[in-house]
Amino acid sequence: MKPLNYLGQGLAYALFAVVIGYFSTSPEYTHLPPDQALLKLSFRHAAQRIGACRERSDAELAKLAPNMRVRKVCPRERADVVVELEMDGKQLYHVALPPPGLTHDGAASIYRRLPVPAGTHHFVARLKDKVGGDFNFVREETVTLAAGRVMVIDFKADVPGAPGFMFIN
Amino acid sequence: MMNKYFRNILQRLENLFNAPFGQRLNPWYHLGAITFFLFWVILVSGIYLYIFYRTGVDEAFQTVESLTHDQWYAGGVMRSLHRYASDSIVVTMLLHMLRNFITGRFHSFRYFSWVIGVLLIWLVYICGINGYWMVWDRLAQFIAVATAEWFDWLSLFGQPLVRNFLMQGAVDDRFFTLLSFTHITIPLVLLLFMWVHTKRMNHAETNPPRYLAVGVVMTLLVLALIKPALSHAHADLSLVPGVIHLDWFYLAPYPLIYVWSPGAVWALVGGITLLLLSIPWLFKPRARAPVAEVHLDNCNGCERCFKDCPYSAITMQPRTDGKLHALQPVVDPDLCASCGICVGACPSSMPFRHNKLVSGIELPHRMLMTQRADIDRALAVLQGNARVMVFGCDCAYDVRVLQSEGVAALSLPCIGMLPPAFVDYVLRDAHADGVLIAGCREGDCQYRLGIRWTEQRLARERAPHLRRRVPLQRIELCWAGVLDDDLAHTALAVLRARIARLPQGKILGLE
Repeated sequence: MKPLNYLGQGLAYALFAVVIGYFSTSPEYTHLPPDQALLKLSFRHAAQRIGACRERSDAELAKLAPNMRVRKVCPRERADVVVELEMDGKQLYHVALPPPGLTHDGAASIYRRLPVPAGTHHFVARLKDKVGGDFNFVREETVTLAAGRVMVIDFKADVPGAPGFMFIN
Repeated sequence: MMNKYFRNILQRLENLFNAPFGQRLNPWYHLGAITFFLFWVILVSGIYLYIFYRTGVDEAFQTVESLTHDQWYAGGVMRSLHRYASDSIVVTMLLHMLRNFITGRFHSFRYFSWVIGVLLIWLVYICGINGYWMVWDRLAQFIAVATAEWFDWLSLFGQPLVRNFLMQGAVDDRFFTLLSFTHITIPLVLLLFMWVHTKRMNHAETNPPRYLAVGVVMTLLVLALIKPALSHAHADLSLVPGVIHLDWFYLAPYPLIYVWSPGAVWALVGGITLLLLSIPWLFKPRARAPVAEVHLDNCNGCERCFKDCPYSAITMQPRTDGKLHALQPVVDPDLCASCGICVGACPSSMPFRHNKLVSGIELPHRMLMTQRADIDRALAVLQGNARVMVFGCDCAYDVRVLQSEGVAALSLPCIGMLPPAFVDYVLRDAHADGVLIAGCREGDCQYRLGIRWTEQRLARERAPHLRRRVPLQRIELCWAGVLDDDLAHTALAVLRARIARLPQGKILGLE
């Protein structure tokens, strides 16, 4: 093999190495601009049933098989979970989450990423989990978000004493 | 038309590499084998890394950092080798696929390997992305969150997967045990499918030439020393990874999840996968050449066709015609490439026979009897003192271009279809003074084994052998692609010049 062949082979291998070496880390990808923070609104919540429970009459009970004779009967279907997030007086996000499942009785879940400018902001989170009426869970908080920081807005209805939204910064 | 255009571009590109590497070592002709080899490099370097790797939220990151910095000379190099070999496997795998598409090696009997190859792409990507999670740095964090967000679009799970990565502390040590398990299991599945991918190929090339393998490893080692693979900062789910040094070979679709939407990326990836899977049928040629037929009257069950078939299309089964021979070949029409290599392997492919020439196995549209008649006609009109019979291949340089008053040419579906006895036949009785045997570029045989078997038969290393009475100095081999005009003309000129110097008259017999 001639020296020129070796040189050509060396160039081919070098080109291969340059391609592999460069694209294994470059160009850089900016996932979040340096002046922004990230809100993550995420929770799982089962809304209230769409109707009130009622008691079956004796006649209704008699029509049922003996092992099915339960007096109190409740509708399975749940209401939508309506969520609203406001930042500095402007609505940032609004969604109505239908209950999943064939009979619409599951717990609704949400995950939403919302990039916002870093800095101090006043947030209002509202949630309604029943048919009609106004929001039954509201939380307001003024938060200072550092650039690149994640703030999780979670919701738990079963926290004793303080059910509702949590701002985890 | 487009296909021819792309083929020409590919051949020109490959010719650039033929100059320094030579045809035998041109990496373009060994992309599949190099991909296999890279898998072993990844496996060996991965085993070394796994010895030191500890599963745990902090331990995972720390052990990789320790490997990278505390034992940079071994662990660091192995990590970089693991990383760069993994990147390289994407490049060689995709080039291998692209090349097979351009050269038309994906339809008919090849559909099976193509479809398995598409599945292999998915497995390679899953392995690679899974590997990045194990480092548990900011890049791993980005990939974990983005992957979860991507899958959540499908709404397959009861609650969003991404809630598992919602905040610091959400990920526990068991997660890394799962990652380790999958990073071992998926490569094993990958290996299984790699075996299936080559299952329909006889003598599949799964090892590149040693010279190339050494070159690839040395290149990756040098790269590992010059630019060691490094981690980002430790993952912290309370922070967003802002600027990320993405590995674009594996992670190129990830930014699109945020630029477009997860659904759009599913559409893109799913669409590409479906398109790739349907290519064997979308671009199928309108007509397929008739497959090989066995003629039991002329078959003694010697198994040469069975051994030489590049695609295992021939099986040997119990004899059905009552003859004493134990076995007979049976051609599977779905696997047959109609290359005729089996015809070249058959001992009955003997042109000297005076009775009706029918071999033990024949291509119905290219019967040997017809080929012999064509040769006889062409030889009868040859003139001059350096008369040459050229045998060529339909997939390579068009040898008919070489025809002149002293040169006759016959093109076969594959040069492997040429029975050595035909070389003997052409030179007998001084019908021609020399034989030029041309085919695809070395290492790039359209039917994989045509060149190898031809060389071995002519070198008398593989049956059917070229008879000893045929002097090798009257034969010239030329492996030339469609565009290699100079190569073909030079080979012809070299042969004619050589035979002009040889004694006139008697040709056959040891000289």
